[in-house]
Amino acid sequence: MIDVLTSIAVITGAALALVAAIGVHRLPDVLSRMHAATKPATLGILLVLIGVALRDGRLAVIAKVALVAALQFLTAPTGAHMVGRAVHRDTTEHDDDLDPVDGV
Amino acid sequence: MIELATTVAFTIVSIAGVLGAGALLRARTLADRIVALDLLLVILVLAIAVGAVRTRERLYLDILVVTSLLGFLGTTIVARFMERRGSA
Repeated sequence: MIDVLTSIAVITGAALALVAAIGVHRLPDVLSRMHAATKPATLGILLVLIGVALRDGRLAVIAKVALVAALQFLTAPTGAHMVGRAVHRDTTEHDDDLDPVDGV
Repeated sequence: MIELATTVAFTIVSIAGVLGAGALLRARTLADRIVALDLLLVILVLAIAVGAVRTRERLYLDILVVTSLLGFLGTTIVARFMERRGSA
């Protein structure tokens, strides 16, 4: 039963990485592409890490898995935010559809 | 059961890696390159995690910690650089 769960977690995690790669390929704008690169990938990593934890029940392994998951959840948004801010600061002059308030 | 699942996961991750490399080659501005590299690094971390599932090797978990941190470090440093100098 555990093996079935681990397999499902690992395969869906890998599939999410594929979704992220396809998202980066097809989305037009840098910001939407960046969003595609970070969101499903972070969830994919979490799923595979759950697979690792299920596969090997020792406490040390689960602690490390929790550490990596926590790190990934902390760092991915901040990294993406910095890139987004850099891109936004660069392209605000002629890219009016990025304005937060429309028409004001 | 696990070998089959990890093999399927490895193939899916490698397809994602090829797509990520394609996105990297297609990128024109610096921002696209950062995003593509970030994606490749995430795919790398995921591939190592699948490897950790397959071989139950505890060393892989330490590699995971280092790789995900380095990925974040690289992204932020280039974002800082881009913010100061403007995207090439």
